[in-house]
Amino acid sequence: MNTISPPASQEAATPIVIVGHVDHGKSTLIGRLLYDTDSLPDGRVAQIIESSTKRGLSVEWSFLLDSLQIERDQGVTVDSTRIPFRLGQRQFVIVDAPGHRQFLRNMITGAADAEAAVLVVDAAEGAQEQTRRHAMLLRLIGIRHVIVLMNKVDLLDYDEAKITASEHSVAALLKQLEIEPTLFVPASAREGDNIASRSDRMAWYKGPTLTEALARVPAPSSRSDLPLRLPVQDVYRFDAQRVVVGRIERGRIHIGDEVVIGRHATVARIATIESWHTAPQETAVAGQSVAITLEPDVIPDRGDLLFPPAEAPLQGARVRARLFWLRQEPLRAGESFRLRLATAEHQVTVASIDSVVRLEDLTEHPADMVPPEGFAEITLAVSETMQFDPFQPGTADGRGVLVDRNQQIVGGVPLIGVADIVAGTNAIHPTGSTVSLWDRAQAKGHRGGVFWMTGLPGAGKSTIARAAELQLFSRGMDVSVLDGDTLRAGLCSDLGFSEADRRENVRRAAAVARILADSGQVVLVALISPTIADRELARQIVGDEFHEVFVDTPQPTCESRDPKGLYAAARSGKISGFTGVDAPYEAPAKPELRLSTEGRDVPATARDLVTFIARTVALPPTGSRS
Amino acid sequence: MDDLDQLEAQSIFILREAYRKLKPLAMLWSLGKDSNVMVWLARKAFLGRVPFPVMHVDTGKKFPEMYQFRDEYTKKWNLDLLLGDCPAVEEIDPTLPPAARSAARKTAGLAAMIEKYKLAGVIAGIRRDEQATRAKERVFSPRGAGHKWDVRNQPPEFWDQYATPHEPGMHIRVHPLLAWREIDIWRYIEREGIPLVDLYFSKNGKRYRSLGDQDITNPVESNASTVAEVIAELETSRTSERAGRAMDHESEDAFERLRVAGYL
Repeated sequence: MNTISPPASQEAATPIVIVGHVDHGKSTLIGRLLYDTDSLPDGRVAQIIESSTKRGLSVEWSFLLDSLQIERDQGVTVDSTRIPFRLGQRQFVIVDAPGHRQFLRNMITGAADAEAAVLVVDAAEGAQEQTRRHAMLLRLIGIRHVIVLMNKVDLLDYDEAKITASEHSVAALLKQLEIEPTLFVPASAREGDNIASRSDRMAWYKGPTLTEALARVPAPSSRSDLPLRLPVQDVYRFDAQRVVVGRIERGRIHIGDEVVIGRHATVARIATIESWHTAPQETAVAGQSVAITLEPDVIPDRGDLLFPPAEAPLQGARVRARLFWLRQEPLRAGESFRLRLATAEHQVTVASIDSVVRLEDLTEHPADMVPPEGFAEITLAVSETMQFDPFQPGTADGRGVLVDRNQQIVGGVPLIGVADIVAGTNAIHPTGSTVSLWDRAQAKGHRGGVFWMTGLPGAGKSTIARAAELQLFSRGMDVSVLDGDTLRAGLCSDLGFSEADRRENVRRAAAVARILADSGQVVLVALISPTIADRELARQIVGDEFHEVFVDTPQPTCESRDPKGLYAAARSGKISGFTGVDAPYEAPAKPELRLSTEGRDVPATARDLVTFIARTVALPPTGSRS
Repeated sequence: MDDLDQLEAQSIFILREAYRKLKPLAMLWSLGKDSNVMVWLARKAFLGRVPFPVMHVDTGKKFPEMYQFRDEYTKKWNLDLLLGDCPAVEEIDPTLPPAARSAARKTAGLAAMIEKYKLAGVIAGIRRDEQATRAKERVFSPRGAGHKWDVRNQPPEFWDQYATPHEPGMHIRVHPLLAWREIDIWRYIEREGIPLVDLYFSKNGKRYRSLGDQDITNPVESNASTVAEVIAELETSRTSERAGRAMDHESEDAFERLRVAGYL
């Protein structure tokens, strides 16, 4: 079919990420860069021209990247794009990261593997919120080479004094983050100044153009000379042979080498390096995905780290970490996750939030939660001792990632070191179930869930909950009810009715509900929970399975019912702080279900609730097609 | 390690992650150059075996050479081949342009196979450089119920950690070739000596650069009749790989509409 000749060996492309505030000109820069270096396939240029004309615009270089219809219509780049690009003999891949705030996770997706970054700053506007945010991320994901492109200098009339002043303020900002930029390049992407060719409008600037600066970015340094780290990815048993597979993250292996296997501290020798259709190997180096046999034939687990006896990683059950938080809801201490580190997974709980970065000035402050897309330092309590290396840019060391119960990535946690147990704090190490939510749901025939019934005293919460409980039980569903009075008789008997105690009451009810829902049960919580903040707390504790149900009975009706005589007692002053009389009730604005009880009997209202619950916790039909 | 070694090592890592995390798992084998490279990488990852089935979603309109190739290499490579067919074009969304509508048959055929075998993971050989919409993909790309791709709500993916949400009605598309370029594929084919259907090589001044159904794929002008000549041609080519695929040119968003609905 063809003649085989050894193909010319090539260096791998160097990934370069381009970041910066929205509208500071990232996409224009990339379009210009590709055009000036003649890196565009013919089809792409035609597409841009056609798209621009269709919209009645002059040629827009940024359209090159906005390759999805929806992006163009919204006028922002949705996701990162990778574009191969060549300077002389050197290959690059440009990773475009969007500036639009809500798309932070896309930026990380693109930027995490970059060797260098170009931070684009509008020289006239200076650093903005996303300039700070992106710079912070460059630090947290460990990018070592940062080139700052002072863009749109045409708007400053190419004036040296103005541009230099702007440069100084950006430099000061980066210094706070311990980022030492490789270079500042004054440029205009739109006009082409100092991108691929030297601008004749800034004779005062003697430094390199952007392409010259890129060409000087050092090639990724070899990780092969560092001490070995080989995380076990899997163990196969093919025929009679047991093979351990994984990617060498750093260092090298050689047949006969002694390695320690994980925390069990078993020592074994590398007996063989196995492969198919590859020349036999005695040695393998960082970056290679290998298959090895061990002597003696021990059986490691996925996640076990193979390392040299003399060069062990750190070990600890409390770990300090930086955090970039990607979930749409804030993070609070006490939340539990799986920590993934290379191929290992550990159950962790956020033991404390030690500081949160204030983005306006990049200073660190104590706080009790990390906002969406926030940055922080936290302490993680691990359910067992784990092995790790502290985060080190340019290596895979300490690249921790938090995943939630649905195996979704919610944050990055570059691990800093082992945390001391501080006197007076709880050294708790919660363990997680190994039975998945989905396995439980399949066994029970329905999912778990928490139906949080809020309403005035006397609205009918407990009565409806008990009626619904009976109906759900008779359908074969696993259901339980937590109602306010029952909780206060037992679990919460130490609590009174002060604001703090009420909140604690809500917190406990939510925590118990979460445990029950995690075990696959349908949980009905009947609790006045009068404030929006109360219910928000409960939602945060419970998570995705939280469903707010408003038992909507007008106050006069509740008072006329007064089943426990409490309204009367409150009116006569025998009790105070009674919701609906002398304490406020904040009705939910958008409950997932509103149950109006006026003029309806209990079984009918309960049926509505049961219908809602049954639909919410139902398993979708397998293989449903839209 | 050179660039091909790095791409190979990364693809093997991805295939091993998929094999570990997604069960049942299957690989799409379209019989084209990319999917042959993918089968080859699986044999590298699993030491000569492919420990999961390969699926051919048959539109019934492939070139005869492709069916012949399939039968020959299923045996030679000892593959566990699953075959699925596609609904008639009349059953497909009539608002799609004609070629896209024809291509959408494959999407429906694939969906039926995913349901039949209750697959948690499907390995597919798409690459970022093929088409702008594919550049947006993740390595592990969750598909919701109905197999829809939500391009606006993709999970973060970094530091080689892949999201593996496991919910009913959902599966994950795994893309081990995402980082490869067309020329990398050809250089790897040359280095490894991976067999291909002859349609990729020039006859009478024309060859196929990308292979789809007979009626919606056109050959390009080319004199490249060996792998080395194809590589030489690509090094100077400035036209895009899918230029011969009719559906890409019908309307600006045809390809994206196909992708969102589950097309590869």
